[in-house]
Amino acid sequence: MQRKTAVRLDKVGRIFGAAAAVKDISLEITGGEILSLVGPSGCGKSTLLRIIAGVETADTGQVFLDERMVDGGEFIEPERRRVGFVFQDYALFPHLSVRDNILFGLKGRPRREAVATVSDVMERIGIRHLASRFPHTLSGGEQQRVALARALAPTPSVVLLDEPFSNLDQGLRERVRAATLSVLRSAGATVIMVTHDPAEALSSGDRVVLMRAGEIVQAGTPREVYSHPANAYAADFFCAFNKIPGAYRDGSFETAIGRFVLPSIAQREGSRMLYVRPQAIRISKDLGEHTAYIEERIFLGASEKVVLKVEGLEDRLTTVVTEPLPADARRVTISIVPELLLTF
Amino acid sequence: MPSSSQVIGRLVAGRTGRSGRGWLLVSLCAGLVVILPIAGLMLEAMKGSAGLWGHLFSTILPVALVDTVILLLGVGLVTATIGTSTAWLVTAYNFPGRRLLEWSLLLPLAVPTYIIAYAYLDILHPIGVVQGSIRWILGYETLRQFRLPDVRSMAGCILLLGFVLYPYVYIPTRAMFLTQSGNLVDAARTLGVSRRAVFWRVALPLARPAVAIGIALALMETLNDVGAAEFLGVRTLTVSIYTTWITRTDLPGASQIALALLMVVLALVGLERFARRQQRYATDARRTRGLAQQEAGPVKGLFFLFAGALPVLIGFIVPAIYLSTEAWKRYQFAGLSPRILDEAVSTILIAALATAATVGFGLVVAYTNRVRPGRLSAMSLRISTMGYAAPGTVVAIGVLIVLAGLDRFIDRTASDWFGVSTGLLFMGSGAALVYALTMRFLAISAGGIEAGLSRIPLSLDHASRTLGQSTQGTFRHVHLPLSKTAIAAAALLVFVDCVKELPATLLLRPLNVETFATHLYGEAARGTYEEASIAALAIVAISILPVILLSRVGRNEPDRSAKTFRQGEIPVHEAL
Repeated sequence: MQRKTAVRLDKVGRIFGAAAAVKDISLEITGGEILSLVGPSGCGKSTLLRIIAGVETADTGQVFLDERMVDGGEFIEPERRRVGFVFQDYALFPHLSVRDNILFGLKGRPRREAVATVSDVMERIGIRHLASRFPHTLSGGEQQRVALARALAPTPSVVLLDEPFSNLDQGLRERVRAATLSVLRSAGATVIMVTHDPAEALSSGDRVVLMRAGEIVQAGTPREVYSHPANAYAADFFCAFNKIPGAYRDGSFETAIGRFVLPSIAQREGSRMLYVRPQAIRISKDLGEHTAYIEERIFLGASEKVVLKVEGLEDRLTTVVTEPLPADARRVTISIVPELLLTF
Repeated sequence: MPSSSQVIGRLVAGRTGRSGRGWLLVSLCAGLVVILPIAGLMLEAMKGSAGLWGHLFSTILPVALVDTVILLLGVGLVTATIGTSTAWLVTAYNFPGRRLLEWSLLLPLAVPTYIIAYAYLDILHPIGVVQGSIRWILGYETLRQFRLPDVRSMAGCILLLGFVLYPYVYIPTRAMFLTQSGNLVDAARTLGVSRRAVFWRVALPLARPAVAIGIALALMETLNDVGAAEFLGVRTLTVSIYTTWITRTDLPGASQIALALLMVVLALVGLERFARRQQRYATDARRTRGLAQQEAGPVKGLFFLFAGALPVLIGFIVPAIYLSTEAWKRYQFAGLSPRILDEAVSTILIAALATAATVGFGLVVAYTNRVRPGRLSAMSLRISTMGYAAPGTVVAIGVLIVLAGLDRFIDRTASDWFGVSTGLLFMGSGAALVYALTMRFLAISAGGIEAGLSRIPLSLDHASRTLGQSTQGTFRHVHLPLSKTAIAAAALLVFVDCVKELPATLLLRPLNVETFATHLYGEAARGTYEEASIAALAIVAISILPVILLSRVGRNEPDRSAKTFRQGEIPVHEAL
């Protein structure tokens, strides 16, 4: 079944002073899709989100929501766009109780219906017990859930989340994220989520859009952008690669520690660097092709990060092992899995 | 490339689409309200013939300018001395009664300059209470044998103004001392500076910007004063404007002096702005913990308490007691005359109307800057705050020029077209006075409300908009409830200032309308002491309200109060 386009951006641009925050961005988001908009801070991802919401305007290009033009030519005010927005600081109204915060977006509907909607949303998100509390008495996780409930209550056609989990502690963040995504999925909402965290982007979205300096670097499913980054920037953003200098010769990539035959899809003309994922380096006592010395071991609990000095290589290589290494291991051998290699 | 229709759309609609256009329009009107009288003043001053300028330069200006400068220097010195020393006293030392003293030092703010002059003229009169008592104690019989120097002098004026205006220095300086890092003091002491010397070597140099701001504000108030200077026989520029218009009906002449006065004001505004910029650097030091207070021993503590209480005694307690007893005597003698009640009604009515206009415009100007940020709204915010430095006489002359012209125009048009004379529509109805008060105090409301709004995160606006509220709805449901205390505080400050305002009221009130302030002025100018004490007491009683408000802001929350002062370009205490 062909689902309809919920959000369409056509060459959207926005200039702040002399610098372009967003440059000619074109993007389509299908109804029911969850899209992660990811990039370092200042890359324009939040600006783009705010342009879609209408709290910021585009200087150039056009924005369509449900095939209706909302910016460019005609400007539709944010209150008439039917978007739900979850803000980084949650932006809960401090003078209103949780119930009234959620009720805020339902003004103009019959009172009885609105109240029913509010209790339904609170039920779904599990914040019923907070109904008469005020925002300042809530924990960060609770505030986040109220903000989500408030955004979802008017059944918006698209839900926009701006770094919704960045104000939560590490442990809480994972749980809240999972709960939020399940709520959004079961509501069948179209979602655009902005984040600067690569792992969050990869784990949350049906599709990931990587941005840099106001432009889209790559868009695709999480697996695509992770496995086949479009360029060195995209590769570095999602993975802490080891880099070994070299060049292609006769179909294989030549480096100081030997030649590597890459899968044809990963081959790239004119590359100067071999990109080796930490998990592509396998350590063994004496089965590998290269001799290496363990320089540093960082214990991470479930895994261990190992820094290696490889014979013939100037730079250290880093790998992650899950099997415990002997405590006194010093000299080891490594092998590199060619299927996981990239060159740029 | 944007399409041409898009470019045009954006030029018309601006950054946030169509919303907020109405706000911007009213905001620009507020800017116009402030700028028109100043423009009118300049035009009128140009009108004066060259001969008039010559006359001005040779006769009035030399005397008035010299007197004004001497007065400013004197008041600056007195307020700086009292303000900084009391601020240091209550922050660096602890002694019995310190907390009480800390906020009572604000009380003289409740006594307008013309009231302190009025009160002391009688208290220190050669045949008054004080001199009489001294003569009685010393056993003198006649005035010839013993007489204090006349209070009606430049020195008397400087001292009296100094004792009611020093809180302008005390407030920011104390806030500055409170926010100064204790570590800086400790560092100085480990480097060999004694505790006593810390004040001169560290604390005072760091507080210099705050002192400068305070002095600038106190001097603006000095320039605004028309009553005290006139009662005490000091011919300042302000007094000259008043007399030039009232006794000689010479509008171009008055405008020219007003323009000269405006130059002095601009210099003060420059000083204040400069000091504010410096203050940002001075408070940059990370504050880890406050200055540790030193316990003063019982004898020293008593001395500190007395020394600290002296300005309160002179600036508030003595005049307040004097006014209370005089008012009581008068009441016993004649009861409350209908005249006083009439004055109460017109005082409150005028102040309420002006407050409503001021707060209304202030809200629009401040809110426009938020919902429709841009060069135009920033400009009207800036313009609307220009009036705060302009003395009441200058504002009044400006408004007079604009509205009297308008009155004449309307009258002539009406009689030409309909054969009806409208008379003086604005001048006669008091609208001119409300206009002048609005122009003068718009800065207080716009500044205060803006500071209140700036504490509301912008994301709340966006949340409200995406949840279906328009700019108006957002204002009603989000901003208004969240900034109502700031608005109420601004309204209170403006109201009290309107009640206190003498020069503009004196020049612009409709015929036969008296307020408390003009009544007091009239009696003091005639040298009669009838019901003026009741009017004065009423003004002081009303003026105490914002002092209470201010003392609550500063108490126990040194950080917050200091921030409030740093935040708003227009400090709350300017209003008092």
